[in-house]
Amino acid sequence: MASVPNGLHYTKEHEWVLMEDNIATIGITDFAQESLGDVTYIQLPKEGENITKNDPFGVVESVKAVSDLYSPVTGRVVEVNQPLLEAPELVNQDPYTDGWMVKVEVKDISDTEDLMEAAAYKEYIEEKG
Amino acid sequence: MKPINAATTGILLREDSIFERSSEGRAGFDIPTPKVPLKSPVKYRRTQPAALPEVSELQVVRHFTRLSSWNYAIDLGTFPLGSCTMKYNPRINEELASLPGFCDIHPELPPEFCQGALELIYNLEDALSKIVGLDACTVQPAAGALGEFTGLTLIRAFHEKHGSHRKYVLIPDSAHGTNPASCILAGYEAVPIKVGPQGYMSVESVEETIKQHGRDIAALMTTNPNTLGVFEQNISQIAELLHGIGAQLCMDGANMNAILGIAKPGDMGVDVMQYNLHKTFSTPHGGGGPGSGPVACRSHLAPFLPNPRVRKTENSFTLEYLPDSIGKVKGAFGNFGVMVRALAYIMNHGSDGLRQVSRNAVINANYLRARLQKKYQLGTQTAHFHECVLSDSKQIQANGVKTLQIAKALMDYGYHPPTVYFPLTVSGAMLIEPTETESLQELDQFAEALLEIAERIEAKKETFEQSPTKTFVGKVDEVGAARKPILSLDDRSI
Repeated sequence: MASVPNGLHYTKEHEWVLMEDNIATIGITDFAQESLGDVTYIQLPKEGENITKNDPFGVVESVKAVSDLYSPVTGRVVEVNQPLLEAPELVNQDPYTDGWMVKVEVKDISDTEDLMEAAAYKEYIEEKG
Repeated sequence: MKPINAATTGILLREDSIFERSSEGRAGFDIPTPKVPLKSPVKYRRTQPAALPEVSELQVVRHFTRLSSWNYAIDLGTFPLGSCTMKYNPRINEELASLPGFCDIHPELPPEFCQGALELIYNLEDALSKIVGLDACTVQPAAGALGEFTGLTLIRAFHEKHGSHRKYVLIPDSAHGTNPASCILAGYEAVPIKVGPQGYMSVESVEETIKQHGRDIAALMTTNPNTLGVFEQNISQIAELLHGIGAQLCMDGANMNAILGIAKPGDMGVDVMQYNLHKTFSTPHGGGGPGSGPVACRSHLAPFLPNPRVRKTENSFTLEYLPDSIGKVKGAFGNFGVMVRALAYIMNHGSDGLRQVSRNAVINANYLRARLQKKYQLGTQTAHFHECVLSDSKQIQANGVKTLQIAKALMDYGYHPPTVYFPLTVSGAMLIEPTETESLQELDQFAEALLEIAERIEAKKETFEQSPTKTFVGKVDEVGAARKPILSLDDRSI
């Protein structure tokens, strides 16, 4: 069973968000990395770029498929996980820690209000099988 | 019947790269020193000789014959690659395509010297139009994706001719993978429409999107039957909705093999569509082509078709250049050799024969579906057409074995794997398309192989992590190949 830590917010597209003040750390969930299989390439925005809630902000490519990453928040990218770009397998190994993708300075912290909490996301992925 | 087609060993020789066979100064033949002076401008001349392997003719023959013996091909066995329609390519196609009058002509010959070739193009366009119930057709596009692009560009030209600058093309998520890319290339933005639980588009979902985007919608692009092998039952109603706002219905004909002589896209309200001669019409598929992706349309889009058009006059065939044409999408007339094969196939079958092709393709896929559902979860419950979609959920549950391992295990039975992890709407999808050219015995053996794999998974004694083991090249490191690709001989030492 895919792990779903408490304290994070989750999207239907299987991204997670950790909110600390107005900084959102974004990654993909254990369920997502499990479904994708071995990740071979990750494309992320550059520091200083603006990303928009529900719009694609990057690409993750695995041996199975190429998928867009959808931003759960609107804001400016303040940090990109550089080691991840060099070693995309980190997403498979530790999707919630070393596999984080970007940190975003969020414009409106209410952006995460419509996202799922751990319990709801767990239910959501169980339905998906 | 047991799956006797299991791979065994034979004489397969290892092979170096041809560059490693090279020896300075060796050549397959001698080119006489030219007696005329070299006239080409100096700035266009090579300063260093090209780094080509220097080998004899026999070395070339052996190299490629050995490599070809590692290959899997439709002439060796079942090729169930879903959505690709890997049917047998009849030998008569090759015989006709190699007639000197077809294969030795130059594309720039004046029409009076290639009347037969022009007649062939005219007859093929006419036959293809009739098969789908549309008014006109061009055989110029070189493949399916170029056909999609051509179709969307016709739509764009049509809208712009009428002063309408639209932005969006709606695409159901069951559509063929290239569709969104073609939209972007044609200058449109793709808006996804989710398919319902039955595996086809609902009228409501299209209505909703129309409410949202209205007359900014240029077209809806759908594959029918779609990639789940399911017929878009609401297609006519959806066509009416689109036509109500002046939008066009564009169909990807990748799956025409399911409906030849049974249903005509023209009757469904389709305005423009593309075919794949290398799928439905039995021309070679794979290995990079050449393919052919003709486009058919209704008369209102015909003035924009690519130039030149072949016209039939009272006693000859001529070329016409349309003033509103979108221009050329491919050099000369397209891939002519492929057209010869496709027309041979169409004429060889006739209309009754083509109908039988689709009937058998659908029966074969449903036969496999019925046999395989004993051990595999079906991707959708709706009746399938010419392909069947399975999921790996039962095998994951039984012993954690996933689609990728099942596909690789199947190679040890001597089969090319089906399409895997596509369509994306089915988790762990295996998309199987046997086509009409497989016999009952072949279908049974293929089914037995997959059923036996399922039984081995249930026995929980193997993980299949090392499969395939009987192929000439064993399990390859796909992840390593993607993360640290070896792209040239020089990289090989890394």
